[in-house]
Amino acid sequence: MNGDIGLWAVPIAMLGGAIRVSTPFLFVSLGEVITERSGRINLGLEGTLVFGAMAGYALAYMTGSAWIGVLAAALAGAVFGLVHGLLCSLPKVNDIAIGIALMLLGTGLAFFFGKPFIQPVAPDLPAINLGWWSDLPQVQAALRVNVLFIFGAVLAVGLAWMLKRTRIGLTLRVVGDSSDAARALGIQPARVRILATAFGGALAGIGGAYLSLFYPGSWNEGISSGQGLIAVALVIFARWSPINCFFAALLFGAAGALGPALQSVGVTTGYYLFYAAPFVLTLAVLILSSSKSGALTGAPRELSITK
Amino acid sequence: MTNSLTRRHFLSTSAGLAGATALGGLAMPARAAGPLTVGFIYVGPRDDYGYNQAHAEGAAAVKAMEGVTVIEEENVAETQDVQQTMESMINFDGATLLFPTSFGYFDPHILKVAPAYPDVRFEHCGGLWSEGMPENVGSYFGYIGMGQYLNGIAAGHATKTKKIGFVAAKPIPQVLLNINSFLLGARAVDPEITCQAIFTGEWSMAVKEAEATNALADAGADVITCHVDGPKVVMETAASRDCFICGYHANQSELAPEKYLTGAEWNWATVYTDMVTKTLAGEPIDNFVRGGLAEGFIKMSPLGPANSDAARAQFEDTQAKIISGGFAVIEGPLKDNAGNVIAADGVSYEETDVALESMNYLVEGVIGSTS
Repeated sequence: MNGDIGLWAVPIAMLGGAIRVSTPFLFVSLGEVITERSGRINLGLEGTLVFGAMAGYALAYMTGSAWIGVLAAALAGAVFGLVHGLLCSLPKVNDIAIGIALMLLGTGLAFFFGKPFIQPVAPDLPAINLGWWSDLPQVQAALRVNVLFIFGAVLAVGLAWMLKRTRIGLTLRVVGDSSDAARALGIQPARVRILATAFGGALAGIGGAYLSLFYPGSWNEGISSGQGLIAVALVIFARWSPINCFFAALLFGAAGALGPALQSVGVTTGYYLFYAAPFVLTLAVLILSSSKSGALTGAPRELSITK
Repeated sequence: MTNSLTRRHFLSTSAGLAGATALGGLAMPARAAGPLTVGFIYVGPRDDYGYNQAHAEGAAAVKAMEGVTVIEEENVAETQDVQQTMESMINFDGATLLFPTSFGYFDPHILKVAPAYPDVRFEHCGGLWSEGMPENVGSYFGYIGMGQYLNGIAAGHATKTKKIGFVAAKPIPQVLLNINSFLLGARAVDPEITCQAIFTGEWSMAVKEAEATNALADAGADVITCHVDGPKVVMETAASRDCFICGYHANQSELAPEKYLTGAEWNWATVYTDMVTKTLAGEPIDNFVRGGLAEGFIKMSPLGPANSDAARAQFEDTQAKIISGGFAVIEGPLKDNAGNVIAADGVSYEETDVALESMNYLVEGVIGSTS
C-alpha cells in the first residue's frame, strides 16, 4: 500500500499535519480576531472549544448527522460568547477574569454532560480528496482535506474583506479603537461587542466540532491540548488580521506534526524537545515581532491589554 | 492540566455539599450498608475504551459482590491530587481497601500516604513493591506483554510491508516490554519485520495520538497497536488509513471489526473479586501479585475475520504454550537496537521474571528511542 519515501515523509507529514491540525486553531483565532477587534478579549474560548467538541459530537451521534453537530456546536459556542459579552458589559467587570471563569465552566460542563458520549461512535464530517493526482498514499492522506478547513480559509478572506470594506467592519473597528468615537457616531459599543463575542464563540464552537467530528474524530476529555488558549495567543502575533491567522494556524499545525514525523523517519532521540516546538515557536514569533516603540501595531486601542 | 482539575473540583465541591447534607444521619446508614468500603481511583474517564475502562469493569464486578460498598473517582491527576483523594476516601467515606490504579500514583504518593493509615490496604496496579516498603501496600499487575506478543503474531501474518507500528505513551518498563513483545511476536512469524515506535509523551493526548498514527502509516506501517490510556483514537485513525489494528487494554473490535485482528485485554474482575473476597474473610493479600493468561489476569480479544488460517494456528498454538507456563519472550541471543547484548545465547527471561519490570531498552528491530 505504499512506497518507501524516506526523508520526504517529514515535509509531507508536516503538510498533512498543517492541514489536519490547523483547523481548530484557525476557527478559534478567526473568532477571536472579531471579538478583539471590537475591543474585548475572550480567554474563555478554550472552554468553548471543549464544550463545542462535546455538543457537536453528542448531537451528531443522536441525530446521525455531523452537520447538525457542527450547527449545535456553533450555537453552544454563541451562547458562551453571549454570556461573556453580557457579563463584560456590566460596569467594572474585567473581561480577562470572566474569560478564565468561562473557560473552567465550559470544560467542566463539557466533561459533565459528555460522560455518556465517550464510547459511542458518531458520524464523521466529510473530507475532499485533493491528492488524487498522486500515486503516493502518503500524499493522498496528507491532502485529504476537510470541508471545514476550506470553509475556514474562505472565511479568513471573507472576514478580512468584511473588516476593510464593509459598514459592519467599520463599525467593529470604530468600537474597537474608541468607544467615545463610536458613541459620537450613534453606535452602542456594548451591543457591538456582545455580538462580536457571540460570533467569536460560535466559531470556537465550530473549531471544537472539527476536533470531535473529524480529527482526531472522537469525543474524550483529553480532546483539546490547549488549542483554544494557543489560538488566542496566535491572534496577537497574527496582528489581528484574519489572513495572517490562516498562515499562523498552518504554521502551528505543521510544528505540531514535527515530533511524530521525525520519529517516523528514525530521528528518535529528544522527542520531548520536538513536542515543545509549537510553544518555542510562539515565544520566538512573539519576540521577533515585538516592537521597540512599545505599541502593538494593529492592536485595537480599546483592548484591555493595550490600554 | 486545567482540564482534569476542573472536573475534579466540580466533583469535590458537589461531594462536599452532598456530604454536608448527609451528615445529619444519612452518612451512617450509607456506611453501614457494607462492612467493607472499597475505593477505586482512575487517572482518566471510566469509559475510555482503555486502561480506565478495564479497571472500572473490574470495579463493577466488585460492586456486584455481597457486603461491599464501592466508591470511585475519575480524572485524578498523578499529583498531590491523588493524595487528597485517597485521604478523603479513607476519612470521609471510611474506605479500608483502596485501588489507586494509575502507574504514577505509586511513588511517591501511595508510599507517602500509606504509613499514616496502617489499617487501610493500598493495592496499586503496576507498581513494583519491594521489601522495606510499607506492609499495607501491595502491587499487582498482569503479564500483558504476553498479550502483545500474541498481537505481534497476528500482526506478523497480516503485514505486507513487513513494517508494523506502535503508538506509545511514555518509555516506562511496561510500555517498552509491550513494544518489544509486539515486535518479537511478529518476528516469530517473519524475522525480517521491523516495528516503528512513536512516543507521544502523554498517557492521553488525542491529537498527538492521531498524528503519531498517521506518521506510522506514512512511514509504511500496515499493522498498528498502541499503549496509551484510551486507544480509541489510534484504532479509528489507523483503520481509516487502511491499516490493520491490534487492540490494547480492552476490546476495541467494534470500532473497526474488519480491521481488528485481536487485542490484549485486562481482566481485572478476576483480581479484584479475589482480593475483596480475601479481605472480607480476613485473609492477608500478598504484597506482590502477578498473573498472566493462565491466571486469568489478562485475556485476548476473539480473533477477527481478517486473520488467515496460518495466523490462527500459530496464535492458538503459542497461546497454549504461554498458558502452560515457562514461556519466554526475551530469549537470547538478543541485542537491543543500539547493538548491546541484552540476553546472551541460552539466557532467557520468563514472563514471571521480575527483571522484565525494570526494562529500559528496545530490542533490535524496533525503530525508536527510549529518550
